[in-house]
Amino acid sequence: MGTLLRQNWLAALGGLVALLIVVVALGAPLIAPRDPLKADFRHMNKPPSAAAYFGTDQVGRDALSRVIYGARTSLFVAFSAVLLGTTVGSLWGVACGYLGGRFDLVSQRVMEILQSFPDLILAMAISMAIGTGLPAVIVAIAITRIPFGGRVIRSVALSVSAMPFVEAGRAAGASQLRVMTLHVLPQCVAPYLVLATTHLGVAIVIEAALGFLGVGVPPPTPTWGNMLADAITGLVPQWWLVLFPGLAITITVLAFNLLGDGIRDSLDPRLAPTVMRLVTGVGRGGARGRATATTAPSATAQGEPGAA
Amino acid sequence: MQKYLLRRGLFALGTVIGVSLIVFVVLRILPGDPLVALLGVEGHSKMTPADRAIIMKDLGLSDSLPVQYVRWLRDIATGQLGKSFFRGDTVRDLILHRGPLSAEIAILALIISWVVGLPVGILSAIRPNGTADAITRFFSILFIAVPNFWLSMLLVLALLFWFGYKSPIMVVQLWENPAQNLQIIIGPAIVLGLAQGAYIARMSRSCLLEVIREDYVRTARAKGAVERAVVLRHALPNALLPVVTISGVLLGFVLGGSVAVEQAFGVPGLGRALVTAIIERDIIVVQNLVLLYALIFVGVNVLVDLSYAWLDPRIRYQ
Repeated sequence: MGTLLRQNWLAALGGLVALLIVVVALGAPLIAPRDPLKADFRHMNKPPSAAAYFGTDQVGRDALSRVIYGARTSLFVAFSAVLLGTTVGSLWGVACGYLGGRFDLVSQRVMEILQSFPDLILAMAISMAIGTGLPAVIVAIAITRIPFGGRVIRSVALSVSAMPFVEAGRAAGASQLRVMTLHVLPQCVAPYLVLATTHLGVAIVIEAALGFLGVGVPPPTPTWGNMLADAITGLVPQWWLVLFPGLAITITVLAFNLLGDGIRDSLDPRLAPTVMRLVTGVGRGGARGRATATTAPSATAQGEPGAA
Repeated sequence: MQKYLLRRGLFALGTVIGVSLIVFVVLRILPGDPLVALLGVEGHSKMTPADRAIIMKDLGLSDSLPVQYVRWLRDIATGQLGKSFFRGDTVRDLILHRGPLSAEIAILALIISWVVGLPVGILSAIRPNGTADAITRFFSILFIAVPNFWLSMLLVLALLFWFGYKSPIMVVQLWENPAQNLQIIIGPAIVLGLAQGAYIARMSRSCLLEVIREDYVRTARAKGAVERAVVLRHALPNALLPVVTISGVLLGFVLGGSVAVEQAFGVPGLGRALVTAIIERDIIVVQNLVLLYALIFVGVNVLVDLSYAWLDPRIRYQ
């Protein structure tokens, strides 16, 4: 029970921090002390002080304001990319899992090919191909998310499709489309949420890496990745220009990951454990998932098996 | 086993062909004239259309797409891999010159991830919810969230501050000067290795916890085997399978991550060459390097699948 409480407490904290960051991003113009784009040549490369809490950069822009506005761009890119990529992938996965057959076979091959590229490298190549700018970055990151959504949700849809109520729907004479959208799809919403939350963190990191490498959202738009890229253009990088944007990324990703873990833990225990492991990627609490599936879905089964 | 090998090999071949097609098509839908990127807007507008056509022909960009694709396949077959737009050398030279550094980084990172991740995972699985477990779980959650290129920047900053670290300018191969070579690769390898180690620790912990509850482990304990033997000889081998699988996936993270980490450390490896080529829009270099990264990723995952089949008879005889 103690573990359960602690897990939920962590997840709640993650959710709270994530919410806070979203609020900061939305209210950036109200919160930021200065204009993030306005250069001030009298105050260049100043370390953090009471006048500028996070210091100023090479052209005297206020780092705190840039981090706050950076949240805006970074979160916008991440949310859009996940909304686009994970959703398209998931819908595709539902279709694959339910329809099966040749459509499924071909789709699986396509997703496998897409997954053969390391994420960052695929995103770099795509954003190079479709040009620079915010939409290009969003599409590039979204495409890297498609196969994950596709494969994970496909296996969920596959197991759901075998359930009696789907068969009942079909027996009642409902059309393929109707069964798929009204019976199978709703069952895939919960795993989709976990997947999307986890992918938000990944998308934020990819966006930052693209910005850092100089192939992301074009400057002077402040994003956390762009700030890090700017930080090392100087002869000697200033520590505050490196520290704060990176901290922002870390805290945001951490918050979304904890939130994702929490959503997963409070999910329907009837979901197949292998599916849940797929959803969460690398064996996060795989043992816990197994425990919930093999024993009665009581509160104690949610705890760590070793503690029992 | 042979049938399995054959099937897996054919599958991988199909994937590789698909990958090469995607790389090719994606890089040919570039908006704008590659010559503008090559010559700059001003240089481009100064040239006559006839001159432009000659250069395009020189670069092999004026042929139809299927012809270009076949030529690329031929270049791959001969091992020359085509020429960079900007530098006279072939992509093959580039890979041979810079590849070893990146390969060393990836391999060393993989070793570090296992050497650090596995013992930590075992330690934390032996006493779940103990102090060691809490500490390792905290660090593994943290390390998964920290972007590796940022960690690299912080390290470089610290090294710069305390030791006057300078980023390497030249490529120093292992066989030329081992000590200097190690100096270049150790930083990126540690950063990438620790990040992957966090995943390995999480994975081995949860797999070990699952296995430890199995009947045969209880039997081993009931026989009076020492706890050490129970964990290391009975439970661990069975818990390792998923950890091996995850290593293949993690290599993708290492390959992708190394691009940004090399940039942060200023290591002149293959990842940096790729970034430079992308910024310069050097299509031939980009298509070959992206294909190379994908090939390595596919190849390693085939190896992982094979080792899995070798380790687990149930898969071999299906």
